[in-house]
Amino acid sequence: MSDLAVSLPAGTGSIGLEASGPRGPKPRHVFSRRNIFLYGTLILVALYYLLPLYVMVVTSLKGMPEIRLGNIFSPPLEITFEPWVKAWSSACTGLNCDGLSRGFWNSVRITIPSVILSIAIASVNGYALANWRFKGADTFFVILIVGAFIPYQVMIYPIVIILREIGLYGSLSGLVIVHSIFGMPILTLLFRNYFSSMPEELFRAARVDGAGFWGIYFRIMLPMSLPIFVVAIILQVTGIWNDFLFGVVYTRPDTYPMTVQLNNIVNSVQGVKEYNVNMAATILTGLVPLVVYFVSGKLFVRGIAAGAVKG
Amino acid sequence: MTRIENPSVSIQDLSLNFGAISVLETLNIDVAEGEFIVLLGPSGCGKSTLLNCIAGLLDVSEGRIFIKGKNVTWEEPKDRGIGMVFQSYALYPQMTVEKNLSFGLRVAGIPRDEIAKRIARAAEILQIEPLLQRKPSALSGGQRQRVAIGRALVRDVDVFLFDEPLSNLDAKLRAELRVEIKLLHSKLQNTMIYVTHDQIEAMTLADRIAVMKGGVIQQLDAPQKIYNRPVNRFVAGFLGSPAMNFLDGRLEKDDGNWHFAVEDVRIPLATYAFEKEPVPGAAVFGIRPEHVAFNSGVGWPFTATANVVVVEPMGSDTLVWLKLGNQNFTVRVTSERTPNNADTVSIGFDPMRASLFDAATGNRL
Repeated sequence: MSDLAVSLPAGTGSIGLEASGPRGPKPRHVFSRRNIFLYGTLILVALYYLLPLYVMVVTSLKGMPEIRLGNIFSPPLEITFEPWVKAWSSACTGLNCDGLSRGFWNSVRITIPSVILSIAIASVNGYALANWRFKGADTFFVILIVGAFIPYQVMIYPIVIILREIGLYGSLSGLVIVHSIFGMPILTLLFRNYFSSMPEELFRAARVDGAGFWGIYFRIMLPMSLPIFVVAIILQVTGIWNDFLFGVVYTRPDTYPMTVQLNNIVNSVQGVKEYNVNMAATILTGLVPLVVYFVSGKLFVRGIAAGAVKG
Repeated sequence: MTRIENPSVSIQDLSLNFGAISVLETLNIDVAEGEFIVLLGPSGCGKSTLLNCIAGLLDVSEGRIFIKGKNVTWEEPKDRGIGMVFQSYALYPQMTVEKNLSFGLRVAGIPRDEIAKRIARAAEILQIEPLLQRKPSALSGGQRQRVAIGRALVRDVDVFLFDEPLSNLDAKLRAELRVEIKLLHSKLQNTMIYVTHDQIEAMTLADRIAVMKGGVIQQLDAPQKIYNRPVNRFVAGFLGSPAMNFLDGRLEKDDGNWHFAVEDVRIPLATYAFEKEPVPGAAVFGIRPEHVAFNSGVGWPFTATANVVVVEPMGSDTLVWLKLGNQNFTVRVTSERTPNNADTVSIGFDPMRASLFDAATGNRL
């Protein structure tokens, strides 16, 4: 160091100020009132949500005699996977006795094409609305958004007739179309807002570079919008998988989705109520959305944040 | 408006309306081959809009655009023979620098070896060879803008359009890149149209400056001409920092000599070159702070005394705020001759360097 540097001995502060007193980071106490309230509330809420799940899991692992003892909170004395196997492969709904597996595959066959179809169309819709301001774009958008506010019940019967007339009533493809249409308003809104938040100069640069409608969509926009696609996929997978109303209205017993089949198992009035099978069946049905959330949680949050704030 | 023989870009009676709002009004500009034109104006004056119209990113409401003698009014941007550089760089974030540069060429289906050749040339000119495999997020602002210029360069076009390319950079980088753009222009000799609100960029880069306001070109001329002989009060006030001094007063004639009366001060106008035959009446007298000197007694056509209000040292020189009568007046002096606050000083200038404007219309007299 040069001679010019003047170093003060440690502890000599400005003259006339209090010598001792607070210095450095403010100390934090683990059991401060703030922490107790904060973590207390969090634990309470978590228990409130987790307790039913716990009851379901332990009940599904018990045999019927043990359930009849009535200790619903106690862990199983003898763990059995029998109810899970039965729920999956041999529980009876109506005439069929092949368990939830049929409904599971039906749901898969409904969900995958619906998700792909609805997201593919909605993303192009959103892109066109955000970047290619065609004539009447605003009117079109308003009409689409109004669609999100019309209650589903109003449209059930007209759609039954439409599907019957085009010969798709009761088929899986009919339900796929219904799901795709009903996903359109909210997904289009989602994509439009996301694409609007992207810098417009990027779009202009691509146009100067000579890319057209599809060129810009596939080569510029798509690679930049992974987060919003993840959000859309999660919304659609959970929404369509959990759907009951359309499933029960637009399909026949052999094409029932998993949710409808679950209802039929749980609500069957004949014979003994097999609580363990019911619990296992319910968990099985809820497993797909659960896995989706666990796998994509981080991306989901990122996508929501990206859509809400900016690109 | 004087027309140029074989213009590189020619804009004829161009108008643009968004509904009832008129953004550009019957614009006419001819840009000569290899010329560097700067569109200068405050924000909202329509300069970027005009550039977007030339690029084909906005449809015009009226008029025609010619580039290289070809009517491109209805052409797509890619078919106009233009390259464009944007303020926010607008690099494709998911592509490497090389892919960014080649995107337009790949879209156009140009053979691979030709693409490689053009990228190598652009990278060499802009000195971005070491960056070719990086993503834009790994570049600094100056590097990004260089890549953005490169993207226009590889397109091998006749006309370059710059939309405030330096506005996102810090002051030091801006000065560096400004010089680089000037060098690039002298090397390539392409026609360049450059939009900015920064008068230093405009003055330093332009062959001609078009000063715009409210969708109308106020003055289109060489930088020095615009600086020294602004056609109206807006142009006079917009260019120059610190801004030109304006004194409100009257134009009067005594004994056959014109002079400008502001309160009890009389400024003789014998050396002033009138634009047209003057008539007595309300007028505005404008003189730039650097054209006023602290008087050392030598023969200025006009001298006066004034009180110092504030002194602003700026390093290279000092700005002195004075009260001349009741009107504010600034003088730019070298640092060595700085007066103190509340001093009374005498100032002098030559009205030859001044500008006179009509008080009502603001036009140069």
